[in-house]
Amino acid sequence: MLTVDQLRIEMGDFSLTGDLKIAPGARVAVLGPSGAGKSTLLAAIAGFQPLNAGRILWNDTAMPNDPAARPISMVFQDNNLFPHLTVAQNVGLGLRPNLRLSTDDHAYVAQALTRVGLEGMGDRKPAQLSGGQIARVALARVLLRDRPVLLLDEPFGALGPALKSEMLELVRTLLDETGATLLMVSHDPQDARVLCDQVVLVADGQALAPVATEEMFANPPEVMREYLGG
Amino acid sequence: MAVRRLEINKCTVPGLLALGVVLALTLGTLAAVALRAEPGQGLLPRDWAAIRFTLWQAALSAGLSILFAIPVARALARRSFPGRSVLITLLGAPFILPVIVAILGLIAVFGRTGLISQVLGLFGIEPISVYGYHGVILAHVFFNLPLATRLILQGWLAIPSERFRLAASLGMAPSDIARTLERPMLREVVPGAFLVIFLICLTSFAVALALGGGPKATTVELAIYEAFRFDFDLIRASLLALVQFGLGAALALIALRVAMPSDMGAGLDRAVTRWDDRPALLVQDIVAITLATLFLLLPLGMVVLDGLPRLLHLPQVVFGAALRSVIVALISALLTLALSLPIAALAVRHNSRVVEALGYLTIAASPLVIGTGLFIITFPFVKPSDLALPITAVVNAALSLPFTLRALVPALAAVERDYGKLADGLGMTGWTRLRHLWLPRLRRPMGFALGLAAALSMGDLGVITLFADGDNATLPLQLFRLMAAYRMEDAAAAALLLLSLSLLLFWIFDKGGRVNADR
Repeated sequence: MLTVDQLRIEMGDFSLTGDLKIAPGARVAVLGPSGAGKSTLLAAIAGFQPLNAGRILWNDTAMPNDPAARPISMVFQDNNLFPHLTVAQNVGLGLRPNLRLSTDDHAYVAQALTRVGLEGMGDRKPAQLSGGQIARVALARVLLRDRPVLLLDEPFGALGPALKSEMLELVRTLLDETGATLLMVSHDPQDARVLCDQVVLVADGQALAPVATEEMFANPPEVMREYLGG
Repeated sequence: MAVRRLEINKCTVPGLLALGVVLALTLGTLAAVALRAEPGQGLLPRDWAAIRFTLWQAALSAGLSILFAIPVARALARRSFPGRSVLITLLGAPFILPVIVAILGLIAVFGRTGLISQVLGLFGIEPISVYGYHGVILAHVFFNLPLATRLILQGWLAIPSERFRLAASLGMAPSDIARTLERPMLREVVPGAFLVIFLICLTSFAVALALGGGPKATTVELAIYEAFRFDFDLIRASLLALVQFGLGAALALIALRVAMPSDMGAGLDRAVTRWDDRPALLVQDIVAITLATLFLLLPLGMVVLDGLPRLLHLPQVVFGAALRSVIVALISALLTLALSLPIAALAVRHNSRVVEALGYLTIAASPLVIGTGLFIITFPFVKPSDLALPITAVVNAALSLPFTLRALVPALAAVERDYGKLADGLGMTGWTRLRHLWLPRLRRPMGFALGLAAALSMGDLGVITLFADGDNATLPLQLFRLMAAYRMEDAAAAALLLLSLSLLLFWIFDKGGRVNADR
């Protein structure tokens, strides 16, 4: 259970409050107008955003300060790969941050790459990959990190529609295997319908408790209607 | 930032250590100097003359540099021509040019037997001399005209091109554009540029050593050297060192209130399209660019021409000095990096301007003051000449610090902005972060910084003059001794060797940072 307990974040004019619980294994879309604080909410959960008040709990225990020690894998909007490291090294960081990989580790890396459809591409540098392939490498690393919570901060925003649905499908199969809890920021409500069973709406400085996706789209609250338009 | 606390500790310790070294070298040596200085004795009249000369030559040098730089920058800003980008690159070169080499080149052009005197001789006019206050100012303009040009050019190119289009569509004449666009820009850029150059001329030592001297052309730095070397009057040297530091500190305080221009900006490679062209302006621009190019290239060309014939017949002692210089330069470059990387990390992680500012402290510090301080501290225990080379390496490293930090801090900030969260999330800390994130991502600025530090150290003729005796001269000092002995042919060859080695060191490191670097 992921708990956002009495959270408050203030940065100049911006403020965000939230008090919500996410059930284990839930797949949650974080929706809302731009600038409302969707990414800030994820950054707070991941440990990148200092809190003015409140706590983030995992199974009723406060999360450690160090982002790496949290039970979380995160994929960012961009800069998910280090350009100077090979694909295999980028994935290997998920196992050993110091990159001292054993023979077994190399085998795991190769397996993970195969799993995301990048078999034999371990020696390439990120500059030689397409946008979709870069996202796949990031997901391969998520597989090896093997953390119970996956945070996706709009990592597929720059991909075309066909490629994006391909990636969402890949995320779905990976989640089916690992049973991880997903929080995904998206500006496209359709993504929520494809992949997520719940929606957390972030609007007017508030992160609302999760609502079932069908319910959210069948009876959208006022802010959601405004956001969806029409 | 409570969340990052764990991370901070790991780069705080080396960063604070590096800052400690910098503070010890600047304020620590100053304290040693201050303890030694006894105010009772006071300064001699000639010391006051030195203070006056230091101030007015710096002001005049800075003023003239900027005065001449304005037409050159304007011409470069509005003209595209073949070789423009080469010329702009050349304008950055005096920075890594050994001072003593340039002086030799200036003597070859402006000296009694130089090019200009020979031409004047054809008309029966007396030869001119380059020694004295006008020589000091000439050399300072030679070094700082290019810097001023680059700084002002940046200001020109920072004017949005839309404004020039707007001016054209409103039918503005060149004088209107000057009034509405160019003079306001100059009012912003010139004070900062003036201060930077004033500071450089205030702390310049080698120029005064080679061309100045005597009652009319002795700077405070030169007075320290003479009090030290000729009178061995440590008390007066210390008093003068305090004066020199006071001047630098006062100027730094003024500089804090003035927006400082940066020469690091990219994008000097395009000219602004203008619609107010006139034939007279074209002539004016051609004259400005030609004169500036001749002024910069003739002296260097003379060094090459005069130096080539004897390059391979140089006395053995010169090659020995060259080897010592290269070793000192390499060690100094590595030291600079070892100091600047932790300081940059500390500044970036804490987002601290204070840390960065402390790193810049050495720009106002004078090598002669640091040298005097180190001499006072060490000479009771060690023979100073034994320490000449190590101290030269350390002091040069400290003096390069402001420039390497300029390159490294923004680059490291960009790396942390782009990849810091990813690395934090993956648990890449300490040594792992250094090895797998910072070093590979910072290759270009590190190569540049190493090259800069190596070249600056290679050409340095400062603190070594206080410590060296007959056997451990560096190449610049050896070259100076050849000049003092009027062995001008050997001096020219040694200057060519020094010039080549400095440029080569810079080129190797800078290139090394670029080859195979993943963008």
